Amino acid sequence: MTDAFDPPSRKLSRRALLAGAAGAAGAATAGEAASAGNPKNLPPNVPSWTRTLGDGVAVRPYGQPSKFEKHVIRRDVQWLTASRESSVSFTPLHELDGIITPSGLCFERHHGGIAEIDPDDYRLMLHGLVDKPLMFTLDDLKRFPRVNRIYFLECAANSGMEWRGAQLNGCQYTHGMVHCVEYTGVPLKLLLAEAGLKTSAKWILAEGADSASMARSIPLAKALGDCLVAYRMNGEMLRPEQGYPARLVVPGWEGNVWVKWLRRIKVGDQPWHAREETSKYTDLMPDGSARKFTFVMDAKSVITSPSPQLTLGHKGVTVISGLAWSGRGKVKRVDVSLDGGRNWRAAKIDGVALDRACVRFYAETDWNGQEMLLQSRAIDDTGYVQPSKAELRKVRGVNSIYHNNGIQTWRVAPNGEVENVEVS
Amino acid sequence: MSKCRSGVVAVGLFAALMIMQAAAQTKQPAPAGKKKTYAIGRIAEPREIAGWDIDVRPDGQGLPDGQGSVKAGEQVYLARCAACHGEFGESAGRWPQVAGGTGSLASDDPIKTVGSYFPYLSSVFDYVRHAMPFGDAQSLSNDELYAVVAYVLFLNDVVDDKFVLSKQTFGQVKMPNAGGFHGDDRETAERAFWNRRPCMTNCKAEVKIIGHARVIDVTPEEDKVLRRGVE
Repeated sequence: MTDAFDPPSRKLSRRALLAGAAGAAGAATAGEAASAGNPKNLPPNVPSWTRTLGDGVAVRPYGQPSKFEKHVIRRDVQWLTASRESSVSFTPLHELDGIITPSGLCFERHHGGIAEIDPDDYRLMLHGLVDKPLMFTLDDLKRFPRVNRIYFLECAANSGMEWRGAQLNGCQYTHGMVHCVEYTGVPLKLLLAEAGLKTSAKWILAEGADSASMARSIPLAKALGDCLVAYRMNGEMLRPEQGYPARLVVPGWEGNVWVKWLRRIKVGDQPWHAREETSKYTDLMPDGSARKFTFVMDAKSVITSPSPQLTLGHKGVTVISGLAWSGRGKVKRVDVSLDGGRNWRAAKIDGVALDRACVRFYAETDWNGQEMLLQSRAIDDTGYVQPSKAELRKVRGVNSIYHNNGIQTWRVAPNGEVENVEVS
Repeated sequence: MSKCRSGVVAVGLFAALMIMQAAAQTKQPAPAGKKKTYAIGRIAEPREIAGWDIDVRPDGQGLPDGQGSVKAGEQVYLARCAACHGEFGESAGRWPQVAGGTGSLASDDPIKTVGSYFPYLSSVFDYVRHAMPFGDAQSLSNDELYAVVAYVLFLNDVVDDKFVLSKQTFGQVKMPNAGGFHGDDRETAERAFWNRRPCMTNCKAEVKIIGHARVIDVTPEEDKVLRRGVE
């Protein structure tokens, strides 16, 4: 509802540098600095957890992360929006590895807060240009043949605060509006076939049950293609923040069309031009005109470690790690540069590289305290090469808010601190 | 007794399934033809659909009965909208500005409002109908809805102070930025991003840092979370 991504220059507040930066940096060069520990628990002593019994089974009926991982949380940027009900929180990408995002850490973007829906009160209405308007319960949806698919979901506004230059210090904030999970759901085409489409059908409207009635128009070809009505993520039922009990999955397309708390699908012969696909989620170009229905998320990547929230704690062998994704297909290659884009080398993609899912990449280097300007660049199987920010701005200017997939630069200082910078 | 009842239910369900299957068989259109169906779900009743089917398209399809004048809209707006959007649509705090911004879209500070940016009247009407006032969605009567939208149009100099918005006058409103949008042209306008042989060595003569996030420093602060070493 609010424009979450107004140019932050209006809200500048000069602050001291992040607390503790200098201290950590000073320690960074010493071998074991980051893990001093309590001598009582270190060899040759025998720690308390070895001498005494711990919690038994079912003491923790739904397991939580270790109490020592309390810093691994979603965070928001309060100056961005007028209220938390219409706002965004960011995935802590710098604390994660592999390609699957833990369900509780998936970024949130709500337009009217989280709808808390009793599954017994859930209905999905399917109507419009169909032979039979249908009503499904959640149990109905679960009876259909189902599929499991791993996809990334990126908010169109991810990196939207960076169009005018480096703003936020941390990949959680610059790139944290992306997550990648496994969905279980019914192919939308099965539901549409169940209702029977009229020959004039061309578009669908997908509408959420939240207080914003979040609604987007989607071309029928996509709806009949790979879209799912998903009710599970990572095996368990969707989290309320992610649309419990059912959401739309629209692979490769901007997150806004993945309507959460999906309550209604209407079939029509033209798009609705709802507020979220006109006044928002359209891309303002330098001449004042705007692109609309820019659904596909272009190939993109970011180095998650090291990054500003995760300083380099040692010298010697260092594994640079990051995430890449493309809404057009598979990520074929990721290149990494240590010198701000002068020279590149191919990173290693580890694990599975799935169609329109995140891939994990690694590049090893021997760091001896020299300044590094770290960049990554994704290349997908359509031949699309992630552009530099300068290349992107040349076409799109700096006002478009959405679809910023320019190459990110992190400066690693000799003391191990990492900063979000822009390079020529 | 309970057996008897479940038997009735079972027969009822069976009959319903038969009816639905029959309907599916007789009513599936020819082109969709051979597609398998599962006879899952039930027919959505018109009265059920009516309660949720309140979207409005640019051509006016979906507009409810009712009407509202600019004058009546001023009262609604001041009572229900101005606290967030400002008395003149200028915004109070961080809430969206709904009026003004004309001619700003190509500037360094584009202001997207109903008058300066929205391409269709339906885009604002449909949104207010569904989602406004924020936190009290779908609480306006149809007359209040027409009136408050008329008033927002007036705040944007799109209509005069005598204007009355209704199903009949809806199509007369000319939105200033109606021609301001075009489709996704990335595959042509950004063709250069494809099929390049990306440079691997000596790609730039020099690299200079031209911007620092720290100079701007708008990152939320937290004492504990940061500064952990890379494993």
